Amino acid sequence: MEAFSRLEAVAAPMARANVDTDQITPARFLHKPRSDNHGDYLFHDIRRGADGRQDPDFVLNRPAYAAARILVADRNFACGSSRETAVWALYDHGFRATIAPSFGDIFFANSLKNGLLPVVLPGEVVTGLLAHLQAEPGARVAVDLEAQVVTLPDGSRHPFEVDPFSRHCLLNGLDELDYTAALAPEIDAFMSRYGRHNR
Amino acid sequence: MLEKIWDRHRILERDDGQVLLFIDCHLVHDGTAPAFAALRQRKLAPRAPERIFAMPDHYVPTDHRDVAAIPDAEHRGMVEALTRNAAGHGITLFGLEDRRQGIVHVVGPEEGLSQPGLLIVCADSHTSTHGALGALAFGVGMTETTHVLATQTLWQRRPRTMRITLDGVLAEGVGAKDVALAIIARIGTAGATGHVVEYAGEAIRGLSMEARLTLCNMSIEAGARAGMVAPDETTYAYLAGRPYAPKGVAWDTALAEWRRLPSDPGAVFDREIAIDAASIEPMVTWGTSPEDAAPIGGQVPDPAAVEDPERRAALERALAYMGLEPGARLDGIPVDRVFIGSCTNGRIEDLRAAAAVLRGRRVAPGVRGWVVPGSGLVRAQAEAEGLHDVFTGAGFQWRQAGCSMCLGTNGEIAAPGERCASTSNRNFMGRQGPGARTHLMGPAMAAAAAVAGHLTDLRRFGAA
Repeated sequence: MEAFSRLEAVAAPMARANVDTDQITPARFLHKPRSDNHGDYLFHDIRRGADGRQDPDFVLNRPAYAAARILVADRNFACGSSRETAVWALYDHGFRATIAPSFGDIFFANSLKNGLLPVVLPGEVVTGLLAHLQAEPGARVAVDLEAQVVTLPDGSRHPFEVDPFSRHCLLNGLDELDYTAALAPEIDAFMSRYGRHNR
Repeated sequence: MLEKIWDRHRILERDDGQVLLFIDCHLVHDGTAPAFAALRQRKLAPRAPERIFAMPDHYVPTDHRDVAAIPDAEHRGMVEALTRNAAGHGITLFGLEDRRQGIVHVVGPEEGLSQPGLLIVCADSHTSTHGALGALAFGVGMTETTHVLATQTLWQRRPRTMRITLDGVLAEGVGAKDVALAIIARIGTAGATGHVVEYAGEAIRGLSMEARLTLCNMSIEAGARAGMVAPDETTYAYLAGRPYAPKGVAWDTALAEWRRLPSDPGAVFDREIAIDAASIEPMVTWGTSPEDAAPIGGQVPDPAAVEDPERRAALERALAYMGLEPGARLDGIPVDRVFIGSCTNGRIEDLRAAAAVLRGRRVAPGVRGWVVPGSGLVRAQAEAEGLHDVFTGAGFQWRQAGCSMCLGTNGEIAAPGERCASTSNRNFMGRQGPGARTHLMGPAMAAAAAVAGHLTDLRRFGAA
């Protein structure tokens, strides 16, 4: 996993609530291997009009947000399925952080394991930020994982919570599996105690 | 109940409060190929293949059972990869040629793999289904699936708990899907985020095992990662004699353990919600989120009546996508397709409920109806009861088991603009195909819609 410590970048506003994982990556791309550029599948259908052509008004199609590496969304972002392609698509597009008042649980967990930092900020802060980003396309936001602070275009600073271990893994680019693999003796001991129970 | 199961699976706890949990049962489907690929990349093998059960469901065709004849090479590749990965690692596989093949969340309970007190995971959000048996079961992503394959464990922080109590008795014609949609309409699609929901109360106790599976299946649509029902005599009667359920002395031992699982009388939940069961009516969705649900007697809401501009815009987007006018009566919205199946409503009781409405009737002209059983065994049981004749006699297609049109990963989708009465779990934009419009409902309601040619109240058909 790529390390994440501090990011200062253009933020794109996705001013919708309940953006579900089917909108982020439609099901017909779920079987695509990780080696694909999943950024091509990001918001595939909703960023296009009924004629299949790119909708110039869709936020990610607007030149001012082309360099965006932070996505700001409304509440319950990425609710729905467990598909990790939703994270891969955002990541491959270039996003390294998402900011929302709340997230779908599974997406939140998947993000942390893929170098995409999900940041929960209070609803009123996000509402204000979304309005600012729409009024001033190209405005920049800073996400500091070390200090656990987001700095908005207006200079205001907002602390955020992150699980200490996930923070450690993200800061150092570590995989959880490597950490757990080192615990094999404890797992083996548990399994011999547990036996063939329930199997 | 959550606490009891949690504690039994705790291997160790980190300073930050995350707990390494042992996984009893790992279900894998044909979308799991990336996790096996990641495992190979790390030169690792599954830690406990005897605890892994594999079956293809997402990419299988439902018009035939021949893997080699799957026209899309990438879809075929997913099914073949699962077969190869299972064989290579000594994992039990219910392949396409096996009568036991079906949707993971139908097959797990059916085979007796899902049992009270177990910790079950699968790379699919509807893993919440298995909680109906008193298990802790939740969906995981691909990185977590890789972790489980390699270690048979998972790091988790203890979720918050929510109890949803349904007292009273459900009205005639009201089923588990209606209960689920009524709950989600009330608490919202993020209403239970961060929580494990335990369903309790008289109306829940009165539900059959299959109805409980439907209810727990939909927990994720309220944001909950898991849903649970305390095991009781209904649970034990359902499990007894299933292939993977304990037998003989082991059964007695297990039963004694299971009886200790239900939450203690004074158990405290982080949140409590009470719903009067008798107030629930047959439900349908009108929008693009499962929370956009209303009784069939209701109307499409009017954006003009919504004060909050963001919510008004969301409602306008939903109605534009769904092609619906504000104030339109739900009873009367015409349908093109009817899909009966999925891990939500693809079990034998669901098919019986649909067949009861369809017996002696025909689908309306222009409506295309599909029945996709949740497993090969559900299909066989339905045929033994003659239900397939009812479906085909009514003009439905009687198909093979798989996820099919619930999410269309296998290519079985509705056309842009087509409106589908569906017993599946999500009405998201594009869920059943780009531009396809989904109305969620229970199986009897879907059957009624097929006959009427539009959404309607199944109670009119007098066969609830």
